[in-house]
Amino acid sequence: MANNLRGSAAIVGVGHSGMGEAAGGRHALDILGESALVALAEAGLSVRDVDGLFTGSSFHFMPTLSTAEYLGIQPSYFDGSMIGGASFVNYLSSAALALEAGLCNVALICYGSNQRTSVGGLATMSEQQPYEVPYAPRYPISSYALATARHMYEYGTTREQLAEVAVAARRWAQLNPDAFARDDTSIAEVLQSRMVSDPLTVRDCCLVTDGGGAIVMVRAERVAEFEKPPVYLLGGSSATRHRQITSMPDLTETAAVESGKRAYAMAGVGPADVDVLGLYDAFTINPILFLEDLGFCKKGEGGAFVADGRIAPGGELPVNTNGGGLSCCHPGMYGIFPVIEVVRQLRGEAGERQISGADVGLAHGNGGVLSAQVTAILGTAATL
Amino acid sequence: MLTAMNAAPDRGPDLQFQHYLSEGEFRLQQCDACHQYIFYPRVLCPHCGGTELTWNRVSGDGVVYSSTLVRRRDEKGGPYNVAIVELAEGPRMMSRVEGVAADQVTIGSAVSARIATQDQNQGERHILLFDAVTPAGGKS
Repeated sequence: MANNLRGSAAIVGVGHSGMGEAAGGRHALDILGESALVALAEAGLSVRDVDGLFTGSSFHFMPTLSTAEYLGIQPSYFDGSMIGGASFVNYLSSAALALEAGLCNVALICYGSNQRTSVGGLATMSEQQPYEVPYAPRYPISSYALATARHMYEYGTTREQLAEVAVAARRWAQLNPDAFARDDTSIAEVLQSRMVSDPLTVRDCCLVTDGGGAIVMVRAERVAEFEKPPVYLLGGSSATRHRQITSMPDLTETAAVESGKRAYAMAGVGPADVDVLGLYDAFTINPILFLEDLGFCKKGEGGAFVADGRIAPGGELPVNTNGGGLSCCHPGMYGIFPVIEVVRQLRGEAGERQISGADVGLAHGNGGVLSAQVTAILGTAATL
Repeated sequence: MLTAMNAAPDRGPDLQFQHYLSEGEFRLQQCDACHQYIFYPRVLCPHCGGTELTWNRVSGDGVVYSSTLVRRRDEKGGPYNVAIVELAEGPRMMSRVEGVAADQVTIGSAVSARIATQDQNQGERHILLFDAVTPAGGKS
């Protein structure tokens, strides 16, 4: 049944705005609005055409309502399911379902945050966990640090291997004029940077930026109406095993095992077919875990896998070609950006960082403290 | 309806857990159906869905499953340990390991629970801390 969705919807517009530091005191919804306008312009559509709205926020408790009001639209279908940064990858599936069911005709998935220029740090509405509060873990980094420490303990993963992830992201960012952090860096610099929650340093952490992104999706039968090469949703699935880190059954394995398996099955592809990846890199351990859990290497071998520039420009497996959350942008929730980057790669629009002949892309979202895992497989017309 | 509402309310799972701690007892719920222990306290067994749960005393013995040193600045009190302890009975909980330097808490080392008190907004709350059983650097 899920396979009915394979290729049923296509992305015909993407856009971003305010990445890094948004100018002129723009609010979260201003940045979202600008992103939406860019994405809709790519699709040759007006905001008035949007009748399906999919959005989450770090600032607005009822994000679909605030966004619809701001945009001046009255959508016939809307979904603001909040599973952290992974929400925006999850919306691809809910939008495809709503489109397929005829509940809407033009789906807008969108996000905006001005956390850097407003609060100057991570803006989050995430509640504290009562049984964690007495011990004052720093949210969310200590949870990721605990997972990292366990991975190092069980598999011998090293801080140098973690640093490889940060350096690869930076080298990709240097090829992306829109990325926020483009200075040279090195393994040594990451290792020597300020420790925040062992074994993670400040350079093992994603950026704190502003930024917004938007995606326009329609039913595949309509793609001829649009200018941009369509990018189809081939497979999508979400999974969770826990909310708080102490409830994670195995700190070295995420529910990406399940989301990946289901997304691959729906898409009819496997890891070997994937040409380009966007993996939600809130911390350097994330891509290592996801490469393992999504089948690109065996459990425990992710550290060795990313070594020697394998996921960096010129490496064997292009991961986070926009620079990722580590070096491109991370406006509180990053999930829409790996999707946008994979779309640009599959369209052949990624400029200096373009992966030639990319037909199948994988965008993977992470939410909470490794709590929500969402995998989407995207493909060009050639993959239908 | 009114009678039920006015009846002496029994304690919810969290208050019951706290109550035992305040009496110096470390008890966790054990599922009568699948016999697994549960943490955090709740109204059903997350392993099997069972609803008959019994508060049993647990050993307090555990092993450090993972650990991090939070680098708080010295002027704010300095760095401190945050650990996940796996109890001998199965469940894991977040805690702090003491009796060893905060930067010397090692994964795999044996620890033992101790009930402590902590000031919170609405007064005092009982919490669990864990003391290192093996010397620093000991690895099981």
